[in-house]
Amino acid sequence: MSNAPVDHGRRRFLTIATSVVGGVGAIGAAVPFIASWNPSEKAKQAGAPVTANISKLEPGQLIRVEWRGKPVWVVKRTPEMLKTLAAVEGQLRDPGSDDDKQQPEYAKNQHRSKKPEIFVAVGICTHLGCSPTYKMADFDAHVEGIASGFFCPCHGSTYDMAGRVFQGVPAPRNLMIPPYMFQENDTVLLIGADEGTA
Amino acid sequence: MFKNFMNWIEYRMPFMEKMNLHVMQYPAPKNFNFWYFFGSLAMLVLVNQIVTGIWLTMNFEPSAERAFASVEYIMREVDYGWLLRYMHSTGASAFFVVVYLHMFRGMMYGSYQKPRELLWIFGMLIFLVLMAEAFMGYLLPWGQMSFWGAQVIISIFGVIPGIGDDLTLWIRGDYVISGATLNRFFALHVIALPLVLVILVFLHIIALHEVGSNNPDGIDVKVPNEGQKFENNVSDKFTFHEYFTKGGKKIIVDAIPFHPYYTVKDIVGVVGFLLIFCAVIFFAPEGGGFFLEPPNFEPANPMKTPDHIAPVWYFTPFYAILRAIPNDIAGAIGMFAAIIALALLPWLDRCKVRSVRYRSTLHKVNLVNFVISFVVLGVLGVLPATETYTWIARFASIFYFGHFVLLWWYSKNEKTKPLPVRLS
Repeated sequence: MSNAPVDHGRRRFLTIATSVVGGVGAIGAAVPFIASWNPSEKAKQAGAPVTANISKLEPGQLIRVEWRGKPVWVVKRTPEMLKTLAAVEGQLRDPGSDDDKQQPEYAKNQHRSKKPEIFVAVGICTHLGCSPTYKMADFDAHVEGIASGFFCPCHGSTYDMAGRVFQGVPAPRNLMIPPYMFQENDTVLLIGADEGTA
Repeated sequence: MFKNFMNWIEYRMPFMEKMNLHVMQYPAPKNFNFWYFFGSLAMLVLVNQIVTGIWLTMNFEPSAERAFASVEYIMREVDYGWLLRYMHSTGASAFFVVVYLHMFRGMMYGSYQKPRELLWIFGMLIFLVLMAEAFMGYLLPWGQMSFWGAQVIISIFGVIPGIGDDLTLWIRGDYVISGATLNRFFALHVIALPLVLVILVFLHIIALHEVGSNNPDGIDVKVPNEGQKFENNVSDKFTFHEYFTKGGKKIIVDAIPFHPYYTVKDIVGVVGFLLIFCAVIFFAPEGGGFFLEPPNFEPANPMKTPDHIAPVWYFTPFYAILRAIPNDIAGAIGMFAAIIALALLPWLDRCKVRSVRYRSTLHKVNLVNFVISFVVLGVLGVLPATETYTWIARFASIFYFGHFVLLWWYSKNEKTKPLPVRLS
């Protein structure tokens, strides 16, 4: 056994240095465990853009396209539906689509779309993720005097024909508009990417 | 021969020493009543969940393609598979029944008060882990309500500003709830959370035995030895572990050994519990749609939302608070605050008298208010959110939180009755 006096400064330095190195190692070792919870490459691949042929869409008709496992609605709105968009604005929470997270720049307008008649939106209620029902002609049971809109059966949220949420319902935001673009002389709709990202 | 063997063990590991400390020579107050059944019953249900759970994993397949079908396979083709499955699904509801009653016992007799704060905190952690465990377990059958219930609950994390969307993506491991989510919930449900649960239960009991069990009178049964005499003290007849008498510094009054007195009493509780539990398993295993909800007999379909989404009954009081608040961030905060408020009871209650028996009328009324608002919220959480129900839920939420605010206010200078010296 050595009789040299204990060097407390050196002992403290070694204790702290060892703890710090050990701590960094523990944090580093946590990375693969946490990162393995991210979507896998396969899941990301499945999240790639999808296309839909819209050349045969009838006025008033809604088709559902699956994108990233979510229902995306494509509706060809009639002129009457477009006319009501101005009429309901007083009853809406966010008529001007001021919440920029809910739509790309090109959908920040009254009809919330690139072309007024073609409406594209993620069909998932912004309240707690249910899928609202399309009420083509009997929406006035939920909002008086308005013929068409979307009604969420889970907690009663209502949206107009541009996916804008009405006041006094649980849903806080307008429906999400995904990035999209038209291809092949406007007969094919690509959902999940637009001119900016494609 | 046997004695030699036991001595051989004892020399190498203090088995009998620990058994005496925690079971045979543990002083438990002599006046435990009906409400003291639920701790041991919670242990019984935990064992039931672990054993039936292990057997269910032998036939369950945790994939989006096979989960629903493998549960039906267990129900229809595996010998006694239906029984194991119903024991597990009914056991989940039974777990919450006994845990809620166990927690209410603690509230009635002030068992969270000093020096049992940490014991109460461990109990609250058990409650939280139990809720996570039940939620993840409910996704596994991959029915409609599994899927959409999980959708609603995971979305709650999405309201956190800034990181919400990334957080929900990370929890799901996909852009929607998918097989990836199912698989990780399976791993957490069968390995990670049960391990945490068992460790927390162990710590809960160690903390309990350190401070000693409370009782319906809320007075101490271990008193400092100042040479005083206690007439007709039943504890004089027994030997208690010296850890509790601190080498004669403490006198144990009106307590009896846990074994055989309370082990035998708890068997009576077990028999009563099993009568009801078996009746449910054999005659109403779906619990009238409350233990297993009707839409869950349909496979999960991400393209079709059920008309009405309600969580399983044991989550509904907190779910009703979430729905009652019109803002989604405030709603999520309100829901978690309802649980945090319970965990803070040891510090919200500033009264020195523990048991409701010796506390003010206002406190008794306030406890009744808590029970009524909790039950009303629970009922509303099952029902669809109409305007009338939402308003009732708002008032019930105010009364729920009002319980804690009132308690904090009046407990400081509460007019209490004189405490007895001995257990009644």
